[in-house]
Amino acid sequence: MRKRTSVTKGIGLFLLAAIALGPMLYTFINSFSGSTAYGLLPTTWSLQGWKEVFWNRPHYLAKFWNSLGLAVVIALGQTLLSCLAGYGFSRFSFRGKEALFFLVILLMMMPYQVTLVSNYLMLDQLGLVGSRWALILPAVFSPFGVFLLRQVFDTCPNDILEAARLDGAGNFRILFGILVPRCRAGVISLGILSFIDAWNMVEQPIVYLRSEYDYPLSVFLTRMNGQSIGVLCTCGVLAALPVVLLFLYYDQELTEGVTLTQL
Amino acid sequence: MKLKTRYSLTGVGFILPFLVGFAMLYLVPFVWSVQKTFTAGAGGARFVGLWNYTDLFHSAAFRLAAGNTLRFIGVGVPLLMALSFLLALALYRKFRGASFFRSAFLLPMVLPVAAVVTVVQAFFGDGGLLVRLLDSLGLPLGSWMDSELAFPLLIGLYIWKNCGYNMILFLAGLSAIPKDYADAAACEGASAGYILRHITLPMMVPNFFFVFVISVINAFKSFREAYLLGGSMPHESIYMLQHFMNNNFQNLNYPRLCTAALLIFSVIFLLVLLLFRVKRKGEVT
Repeated sequence: MRKRTSVTKGIGLFLLAAIALGPMLYTFINSFSGSTAYGLLPTTWSLQGWKEVFWNRPHYLAKFWNSLGLAVVIALGQTLLSCLAGYGFSRFSFRGKEALFFLVILLMMMPYQVTLVSNYLMLDQLGLVGSRWALILPAVFSPFGVFLLRQVFDTCPNDILEAARLDGAGNFRILFGILVPRCRAGVISLGILSFIDAWNMVEQPIVYLRSEYDYPLSVFLTRMNGQSIGVLCTCGVLAALPVVLLFLYYDQELTEGVTLTQL
Repeated sequence: MKLKTRYSLTGVGFILPFLVGFAMLYLVPFVWSVQKTFTAGAGGARFVGLWNYTDLFHSAAFRLAAGNTLRFIGVGVPLLMALSFLLALALYRKFRGASFFRSAFLLPMVLPVAAVVTVVQAFFGDGGLLVRLLDSLGLPLGSWMDSELAFPLLIGLYIWKNCGYNMILFLAGLSAIPKDYADAAACEGASAGYILRHITLPMMVPNFFFVFVISVINAFKSFREAYLLGGSMPHESIYMLQHFMNNNFQNLNYPRLCTAALLIFSVIFLLVLLLFRVKRKGEVT
């Protein structure tokens, strides 16, 4: 009996894993397709898709690097600001701290449908609608990172930091010399989560940007009508490439990061 | 005492860079947007009381969008939670390959929707694989995105994307339960089902509620799939709140946008308050 349930469990898990991984595999395989209609496997194989995207039409690659730069700036900016603020929330007490942190959590929980409107009002006031800053600023100052890093920093015992303080280390030394290295996994997971979020953004560009030409890869890709299967799937591979590489390399940190988002 | 105030100011100093941007981009304009819900005309010239609210509730587009979003949450969230909890239970006990499955289920979360859209079209779009297969079996359904089938398709994508994430959250909840309880019960001769029902599930209540709130919030993100597959005017059954907001961004109807945003805010706000209450209760007992 026990054996049979574990066999069904195994088959079930394999099927579900196939569904989870399937789309990415399918895209990869079909990027080598020379056919004109979708099949499970390409009927004719060709490298045309890759050649088109990487050689004949350099604007695809330009888009890729632009979007990558955007996501890197956002991830670095958010991680740095969140390190500072997370340290402030985790290691100091001041009046109104918990009330302020409640606001951070509350706005972190809000879907884009709520925050987009507030962000837009201010960006419009600042004259930034239509520019890249409209994508960067709200993402860099998004409350999620502060919440996550406070959770992370709270797990570090205080006596280590106190000992460093007695040795004469200043706050920046304590933060970047001790706390961040000790909580490496948590900080890395914030960097990755915020990169993924920035790389995958859809709601912000379609509201904040005026010209479709400025759209990052995450939205631009689906605007390419009438392309061959090979080109479409190669672009799909290109779009997934950075996050898949990060995912393969930082799998553990990512899991830990998701675990830490628990309130 | 003196030391404490100095420390306080240092703490505020570390938060300040974040706080300036956070206040400017999130808090201050939120107050503006609340003000705007009571006004009309360019620049919010006239005070109109609750007119925007009644107007919003009478708008057919808003009712459709709110209704669809609620239906989506009502159908999608329970399915998602059930499946991801089963997966968490299956992967909770360590076995060879468990970490492979954990990673495999988490992958959909990180993939950009744009990379997945092609695959969805290849299977469910015009002349797609599944569409042709069903056609040859005598079920001419056509493209799923242009019919009632868009809704189940979107639910499927939502579950596909969020299952791994929820599973990780459930796994964290499961591993927070002290092992002794289940061991003691097993010693007394309790069955696995009994332990699940009477020990594991009751202790998971705060965790369940947290996953529930996160699932509701992530349901709002399914707009991405709906938009990238169906454009700004998709099939009626998947016209979501974000479609409604988007179309009002196009014609810059600020009072209406702000009113809709404030309503969504209130609902999520109540959920978060409830979450804190459930969590505190869980800590006391």
